[in-house]
Amino acid sequence: MSTKNLDQLYRSVIMDHYKNPRNKGSIEDGALTIDMNNPTCGDRIHLTLQVEDGVIQNAKFDGEGCSISMASASMMTQAVKGKKVEEALQLSTVFSEMMLGKEHDDSIDLEDIEALNGVSKFPARIKCATLAWKAMEKGVSEE
Amino acid sequence: MLSTDIRSHFPILHQEINGHPLVYLDSGATSQKPTQVIEAIKNYYELENSNVHRGVHTLGNRATDSYEGAREKVRKFINATSTKEVIFTRGTTTSLNTVARSYGLANVKEGDEIVITYMEHHSNIIPWQQLAKETGATLKYIDLEADGTLSLENVRATITDKTKIVSVVYVSNVLGTMNPIKEITQIAHEHGAIMVVDGAQASPHIKLDVQALDCDFLAFSGHKMCGPTGIGVLYGKQALLEKMEPIEFGGEMIDFVGLYESTWKELPWKFEGGTPIIAGAIGLGAAIDFLEEIGLDEIEKHEHELAAYAMDKMSAIEGLTIYGPTDPSKRAGIITFNLNDVHPHDLATVLDMNGIAVRAGHHCAQPLMKWLQVSATARASFYLYNTKEDIDSLIAGLRTAKEYFNDVY
Repeated sequence: MSTKNLDQLYRSVIMDHYKNPRNKGSIEDGALTIDMNNPTCGDRIHLTLQVEDGVIQNAKFDGEGCSISMASASMMTQAVKGKKVEEALQLSTVFSEMMLGKEHDDSIDLEDIEALNGVSKFPARIKCATLAWKAMEKGVSEE
Repeated sequence: MLSTDIRSHFPILHQEINGHPLVYLDSGATSQKPTQVIEAIKNYYELENSNVHRGVHTLGNRATDSYEGAREKVRKFINATSTKEVIFTRGTTTSLNTVARSYGLANVKEGDEIVITYMEHHSNIIPWQQLAKETGATLKYIDLEADGTLSLENVRATITDKTKIVSVVYVSNVLGTMNPIKEITQIAHEHGAIMVVDGAQASPHIKLDVQALDCDFLAFSGHKMCGPTGIGVLYGKQALLEKMEPIEFGGEMIDFVGLYESTWKELPWKFEGGTPIIAGAIGLGAAIDFLEEIGLDEIEKHEHELAAYAMDKMSAIEGLTIYGPTDPSKRAGIITFNLNDVHPHDLATVLDMNGIAVRAGHHCAQPLMKWLQVSATARASFYLYNTKEDIDSLIAGLRTAKEYFNDVY
């Protein structure tokens, strides 16, 4: 049995976010609330965003899912916190291009998110990684 | 055990996936297809393709004979009294929806009850949820025992004189539980309710006999029993089907069409609106021939042995939980499990990298996942082409996954 290709997927940064999720929980009062799930596998995210003057002041998530989906949610909240809505959406576009294995804008520093690059080689897992980003996009578009 | 020669009939099995020989343990989702079935479909398109029930020409007659010949094979396979009781559909989902939309809407009223169980697939939940909502009927669930079986006491306690429809899965797609359909049918009938059976996971593995079960309707799919996708069966007792209205209207199902009124063909065709799934039905007929040559009893025995072997080996892995009956003789070749805190998707990815295909997720049975108090599970399901070596590969894969995630989790 081999594990040689697995390390591209399960990078230590990802497993760190899975074990020690950032921004886990829920923002009370007045926050945008988005519940989204992946009906094919049961992954579920509850995302709360606090947007003021076009800036995402705070972001928290709760949910259930595999290491990729939960780590991605943790990274997403970390990345968008303090960003303007349009910057967050721009980041989301870069992320989705990265998932599709397309050329993406490398002028933007992806920080931890870069570690999810390997997911693009595991087509069955792309939806796990994009769930949290889709929830964020839905939330800010409703705003 | 069946001979491993059976594998030679399945071309798809002889390939490598991610650099390893394919070990296909997802037959619960869909089975692989033997050459005999693939050839039957090819043969139909190359030599017989034509529309049925209308051609004056020879090809049309050939196609009609093959299509109706497949219906007779299905009749024999489930021991129905007549081919009038065998309706070709798109699959189990369509079959169950047909019962809910046709029989259900005509016979269920406000205050009536529809009874199902916690172990149903979504296809045997949602049609009844919708029917209950539209009619004002109550949808009731029969509770499960701790080991994921049904007790007849609970069945008796749930079905009442208000119950109009009881719909139960024959073999659970998650727990592998084989339910006492004959006994449940009897209880349903004592209360004047009809009995619907979801046979999707039963038809591939066990001998079906609708007369012995005495069920009123039975639904199953071709693709889980070596046949093609897109074809399924609804069996119904003739007396009930005669009184039911079609749910799809158009060509093929009519007798006489006037400007404002039309009449329907006789059974079973009044339920088969539009050009039917001709190649699919012929493929299903070939699948039945294939399964009967081997023998359903032999197939069932083979799967029990594989399940017992797998359960024994899997139980030896520390941290591995198997859901459902612990007695392998009470279950079909379906084993649903979790390994420590490793999420089933992560587990399935590790197995896939080693050529092993298993299912991960909620298996289209969210109420059952809730009952099990898990958000997802992994599932290995076996069929006639699986071997003990396949299970050895699964065990090795599970051990690899356990070690790998021990380090990174």
